Order: sequence, then structure tokens, then C-alpha cells
Amino acid sequence: MTPSKTDSSVDGSVAIEAINITKIFGSGADEVRALDDVSVTIRENEFFTLLGPSGCGKTTLLRLIAGFEHPTAGQILLSGSAIGHLPPFQRPVNTVFQNYALFPHMTVAQNIAFGLEMQGKPRAEIDDTVKQMLLLVRMQALAERQTSQLSGGQQQRVALARALAPRPNVLLLDEPLSALDLKLRKEMQIELKRLQHETGITFIFVTHDQEEALTMSDRVAVMNEGKIRQIGTPREIYDHPGERFVAHFIGETNFVEGELISANGSTGQVRLTSGAEVPASLPAERVAPGRVSLVIRPEHAELTENPDAGVFQGQIDNVVYFGTDTHYYLHLDDGTPFMVRLQNQRDEVSTFARGSRAGVTVKGNAAQVLLD
Amino acid sequence: MAVFSIVLLYGPLIVMAFFSFNESRSVTLFTGFSWTWYQQAAGNERVQEAALLSLQIALVATIVATTVATMAGLATTRTKSFKALPVVYAIINQPLMVPEIVTAVGTLVFFGIIKQVTGVYGLGYLMLAHIVFCIPFAYMPIRARLEDMDLTYEHAAADLYATPWLAFKRVTFPLMLPGILAGAMLSFVISLDDVIISLLVAGPGETTLPIWMIGQLRRGLTPEVNAISTVLLGVTVLVVSLVFLLTIRKR
Amino acid sequence: MALVETVPGPTAQHTTLSGEEATAQAERKTRRLRWILLTPALAIICGIGIMPLSIILVYSFMSPGPYAGISWEPTFDAWISLVLERDIFDDTLQLNDAHISILFRSLWLALLTTVLTLIFGFPLAYFIATRPARQRNLWLFMISLPFWSNLLVRTFAMMLFLRDDGYINNVLLLIGLIDKPMILIYTEFAVAVGLVYAFLPLMVMPLYASMEKLDFRLIEAGYDLYANRLQVLRRVIIPLVKPGIVAGCILVFIPAIGSWVTPKLLGGGKGLMVGNLISNQFGTSRDWPLGSAIALFLMLMVMIALIIYVRNSTAARDHG
Repeated sequence: MTPSKTDSSVDGSVAIEAINITKIFGSGADEVRALDDVSVTIRENEFFTLLGPSGCGKTTLLRLIAGFEHPTAGQILLSGSAIGHLPPFQRPVNTVFQNYALFPHMTVAQNIAFGLEMQGKPRAEIDDTVKQMLLLVRMQALAERQTSQLSGGQQQRVALARALAPRPNVLLLDEPLSALDLKLRKEMQIELKRLQHETGITFIFVTHDQEEALTMSDRVAVMNEGKIRQIGTPREIYDHPGERFVAHFIGETNFVEGELISANGSTGQVRLTSGAEVPASLPAERVAPGRVSLVIRPEHAELTENPDAGVFQGQIDNVVYFGTDTHYYLHLDDGTPFMVRLQNQRDEVSTFARGSRAGVTVKGNAAQVLLD
Repeated sequence: MAVFSIVLLYGPLIVMAFFSFNESRSVTLFTGFSWTWYQQAAGNERVQEAALLSLQIALVATIVATTVATMAGLATTRTKSFKALPVVYAIINQPLMVPEIVTAVGTLVFFGIIKQVTGVYGLGYLMLAHIVFCIPFAYMPIRARLEDMDLTYEHAAADLYATPWLAFKRVTFPLMLPGILAGAMLSFVISLDDVIISLLVAGPGETTLPIWMIGQLRRGLTPEVNAISTVLLGVTVLVVSLVFLLTIRKR
Repeated sequence: MALVETVPGPTAQHTTLSGEEATAQAERKTRRLRWILLTPALAIICGIGIMPLSIILVYSFMSPGPYAGISWEPTFDAWISLVLERDIFDDTLQLNDAHISILFRSLWLALLTTVLTLIFGFPLAYFIATRPARQRNLWLFMISLPFWSNLLVRTFAMMLFLRDDGYINNVLLLIGLIDKPMILIYTEFAVAVGLVYAFLPLMVMPLYASMEKLDFRLIEAGYDLYANRLQVLRRVIIPLVKPGIVAGCILVFIPAIGSWVTPKLLGGGKGLMVGNLISNQFGTSRDWPLGSAIALFLMLMVMIALIIYVRNSTAARDHG
């Protein structure tokens, strides 16, 4: 349960392995380093997500795997053999495009059959597979529709069926949900998870939406500025962010300063500016004793009515009611902003009012020491 | 204002078409409806020959110009932009930049030299001259169509195991077809209507319909010319309407 | 037909290439294919469209041949006689009034046509741009349809109206506004009418294109900030659609100054323009070098207009 940047210990058989991939676009003054020495291993049957802000290189990595770009340096292995030099049409991977790219001059069924036809499958088999796929994405009734007559959610399903029909080793999904409205997006999240489960195909999913990443993935790689910042299960990424960027990008976070006074394996003891000491998790790459930054999630802290108790003390600047919970925005006595999220009970009257002083306690070893 | 402008634009053409059905010789005083002038024009051997020649030239010019423009359209839109692109655009659009009369006399002189040197004569020269000015007209809608077409369609085809040739045949070509048809129709209309280049470049006996019509002017405006004009007008309206329908659907 | 950038050639299949080699190979292949596709179009236009221009450039520095064509004696005579003429008796050079008046008339009529089409076209384009989106394309189609129809046919229609016994005179005589036909045809006026009629669509189309992008809330903002109609037009609308105005003016000016059919049919002897002057040198006058020189002079005027246009559009881009 320790955050790690590299991804050395992978068990189970490997679907995709990217080794020291660098991708540079343009040259001279216009040179853009989209990917900078990225290595990642993706297992078979895994729902793997590349998460990061726009321009972080996640889509470039996906396009390199699909074959629309070639790496400037490094290798891509599919089931152990190099595919970096193959054109897209010779790679057993399929893509669900951001705007679906359904062929507008073909019907739903013709779109789904396209890949199979290109592979030269016999007609009977094609028809059979198309039927299966329509069933899989629950679109049987619309087989003969023109794609322009479909709703966004339906187009999404056809795009999935089309990409799954040739039974690729790996399915690549390039922000496929970004064009849908919130409700449909939630439905499709569940649908995607189901499809991945039923087909047993490795999914590589690209998104900038942290919630999507956390709810669907087996593992997540958080990317920024052409580098992978952290790889782990959603829980690892959320509870044990290794770096300030990862902590900041995923969920809401409090950053506080402190001093690491002792370290013992993956845990240590940190003295805060208030003088109090708290236990904290340490990143895998050991941090030497000294000044460190800590992350404390708002829901892992609590307020005490005694303003002098707890590990921090501060003043409540603002109270915002959210239905399920209430957010308390404080500034601590050393000036650091700090937010605490408390679950609401029915008809409860909060005792923490705006302007009043309060103490803050931290649950267990909820504090996480960052590498930077 | 707009309605007034439309009336101004169409009024003269409609009046002209109306009088082509006039019974009498007058093109200004309407006496009764008849097909006389259409029959006379259709029966005129000179008109038949001229019309046939015009169609022949327009057909050849359209086929060649559209093919060439389709290839150029693919090269200028389906690959990453390249340094020489502005120069390529300038060359393809060159026939539109130079006044027709300049092109006409230039081509006359140029073909004169070639004829002298090679001793080869024939209709080919006039066809070549038409092909040149048809290329930019064929190129415009093809390029517009291709620029509207997202490259991800081709990416999707390649992703689904289509070789480059199959991706072109099954995806790119069917999607760009409306642009190609629009380009072909515009070329056809432009070739059919050309006066000045044909007039100067045409060899002896190569009388296209517009050349014949301008020759008739010495006798004043006859209802026969009026009838032929109306037919030409009808052809244009039909073809351009088709172009409009072809290019509008996607938007 | 490698239309997708990233597809390397078939040779890539049996050798294992590094990514860099694969990229380089794919790029080489795309480049080769691109030029193969471009060659026919470029060859035809360069060979048959651009070559003649260099030939008339050479011809313009030669002497006229005895019957037609040229004789290979280099001289500046053609260029000199563009504006000057040698007196038959005392061999002195004087201004060639005939040529100069035709050149000036061409410039004047082309500019007049540009201004008139702008005056008519601007409200028309504005009207179309303010229609509901569905109607706009239909209006645009209506405007452009006459442009595609035969210029000769449209000019015939104009003749029917402008002739001494044409519709205009007939109607005016009928209602008694005049008692003898006005002279309309074979005047500069007739040519101007014909040119405006012929080229109005060329003004409306680019004007509309830039007005379509206009955010009409800006006009409301202008009124909201106490501007009157004229001020809104001058301070808000015109600056925003300036690229369209410039493009429209160029599109009208170029064919107008080089027009041949309209002055030939509507201008008669008094309305000749430079296009007719050029064709006369290759016809009845049989002075090919002079014809070449005038043609190049016309090209020069068009080039100047184009340069103004390019300057203007790049300046607009730098500001925007």
C-alpha cells in the first residue's frame, strides 16, 4: 500500500508494455516533448486508466499504442512482441474515438461489420458477430439506422460495438464519455465496466475526469507534463498520493507543512507547526527526516468543540452546507487554509459557526507525506 | 431591399425567357405563346453542331479537371500541412487571378507556337484551355468538402484493419463524393458558358454555342438566340441547384 | 493511397524498425504520394496557364509581324505605344488619346462597378445574414445562381432592356414620361449597369461570409451605449466586416476591369474597355506586341489590387 512511481512488480500476464517511451512533436523552437521517458505495464483483463489534465500526454500515449503516431524513442510491446513499427491496420488493438468517428455513410450494422470485413472474415461469421455485438450493447432494434439519427449515448454504444467486434487484444478508449451529459455519463460508466467484465478484454481508458478514473479502473496512472506521476489502484492513488500534483489533481486536499522526525518503514512521525505530532504514511521512495509537506483529506479530519484541543487550531471562515455533508473552511493559526468535511445527520444543528474558533483532529494515520 | 435586389437579378432573365415563347419575331412585344423559336433553333444544323461541340468540350474538360482536382484536393487536405502549400494554392487558383482576356491572348499565342513547331492541329487545344480554367472551379468544393471531413474517419478505418487503399475506397471516397460531384458540375457549367477564351483559342470551324451566339449578334437579337439562351439558363439553374443540394446536406 | 500520415510502407512489415525510422519512412512515403497527386494539376496549370504569360512578356518586347504575329526584332515600341503615339508627319511622340481614354475608362468603370455593387450588396448581405439560419442558405443560393449562369445570356437580357426599342424605353413611352426613346445602350452608363448586374453576386458572397460571423449582440451593445444607427454602422459593423468588404471589392474589381463581353455588347464604340482593346490587337489591328503589352499592363493593375488585398488581410490578421 505504498505509492510508487514506477511499475516494476506486475503479476499476471502482460497485455501492453511501454518501455522508455519518448515522443517529440515538431523540431527546433517548436519542439514539444509530449511524452518523456514513460514506462508502464498493463496487465491482461485490466481496466487501466490514464488520468491527467489536457496536454499531459495521455492521448499521445494512447495514439502510440493504436499506431497513429510512432514513438521518437522507446518500445511498445503487445503480448511480448514489438509493435511500435506496425501501421494501425496491422495491430490487434481497436479504438473508441472521442467523437466516436462513426462512418456517416453506413448504417449501425455496417459500421460494426467494417472491421470484420477488413479482416476478410466470411460473411456468415460477420453477420453472426454483428448480431452478438448489437445484443451486447443493447442496440438490436437500431441495426439498420443511419448513425446520424442516433443520440449521443446510442452513438457511444455503436462505437463500442464496432471496436469490440474484431475481438481486439486491447481496447483503447479516448475520453469516450466527455461528449455525454452527466446522467448518461454515469450510466455509461456502469455499462463500460459491465462490457469489460463480459468480454474480458483489456481496456485502456483515457480521461481527465478523476471521478471516472476512480470509479471504473482497476489501476490508474496519473500523468502530468509528459510523465507518469503515480500508478496504483484508485484507493492507493487517493489515499496515498505521492506528490503534490497527484494529491491536488485528485479530490479535495489540505496541504500542511511539518517536520519528519522519525521514519520506520512505510510510516513515520511528523511534528506539525502547531507543535503537535501525528503519525503519517511515507512514500515508497524514502524521505529523509526534515521538513516535509503533508496531505490530509478533508473527510479524514474532524473539528473539536474545545478550541485548544486537536492537532491544529484555527478560525472558521466559512460554512457551506452540501446536503450529505458540510464543509468548514478554516485558517489555521499559522495562516494555512484548511478544510474539514463532516457528514450531516438529520436535523442536526451544527455547533461550529462562522467566525468561531475550533480545534482540528486527524483520524488515525490519515496524514500522507509527499515526495515534493 | 433584398426582395428588390432579387427582382433586379432575376427580372431580366425571366422576361427574356418569357419572350422566347413569343409567337412573333418581336422580342419586346408579346403576341402569343408558341414553341416556334425552340423548334427553329433545334432544327438549325449550325446550332446542333455548336451545341454538340460545346457539350463535347465541356464533358472532356469536366472529367479531366475533376480528376486532377480530386487528386490535388487529397494532397492538400489529407496530409499534414507542408511548406509549399501556399504556393500550391496560388498555382491552382492562378486561372482565377488572371483576367480571362489575358489568359485568352496568352493561350492563343502559346498554342500558335506549338502548332507551328509540331504541325499538330485539332480540338485538343481548345479542350486543354478549358481544362485549365475548370481546375480551380472543380477544386473549390472538393477542398471544402475534404476540409469538413475529420481525419479521424480514416484513422478509425485504419484502426479497424483497413489498408490505406481500402480506407480510401470504403471511407474517404464515398464521403468526399458530394464534393467531387459539385466540382464536376461547376466545371461543366463554367466550360459550357465560356466565351472569350473559346473565341480566341478556337481553330477554324470550332464554333461552340457561345461563339455562335455572339456571331449572331450582327443580325440583332433574334428570338432564336433568345430561345437558346433560355435553354442554357435552364441547364445552369438545374445543375447549380443540384450542386446546392449536394453541398448543403451535410451542414 | 496512404492518406493517413502514420502508415509506413509495406517494407516496414518484414524488418523491425525503430519508431524513429518508421516515422521517417512514413513521412517519405506521404511526401512522395503528395507530389504524385499534385503533379497533374500543377503541370497542367503551369504548362498551359502560366507559360503563355511568359511568352506574351517576350512578345511585348518584339516588333509586329507583317500580317500578324511578331518578327524577332527587340524593341520597346509596344510598351511606348501603350500611352504614346508617334506622329505620322513629324515623328514626335505625343500622348495616345485613344489608348489613354480606354485605359482610364476601364479603371473608372471598374471602380464605379465596385462602389455600386458595394452600395447594393451591403444591405443585401446584411439582410441575408439577419435571416433565420435555415433561410440563409436559400437566399445565398438565390443570389449566387445568376452568377453561375452564362454571362453572355445575362448580357443579352440586359440588351433587351436597354435597346432603343427595349423594355425600358417601351414602358416609358407607353406611360408618356418621354416622347422619343432615350439613348441607353452603347454608352458608358449601359456598360456600368451591365457590370453591376453581372458582378453583384461576387460582392454579396464574401460580404455575407463575414457578416455571418458577426455577433449581433455587439450591435445591440452599440445601441445600448447611445450610438445612433449611422454611428453603429460606422463604428461597429463596418470595422467588423472589413475583411468581407475588401474581399468583395477585389472579387468585383478584377473581373470588372478585365471584362470583355459586357463592353462589347453594351458599350459599342463609345464604351470599349481594355479587354476589347487587347483582343482588337490580336484581331483586326494585328499588332501582337502591343496586345501583349496591354495585356501585361492589365495584369499589373490586377496584381496591384491583389497586393492591396493581401496587405489588408494580413494586417487584419495581425490586429485580430
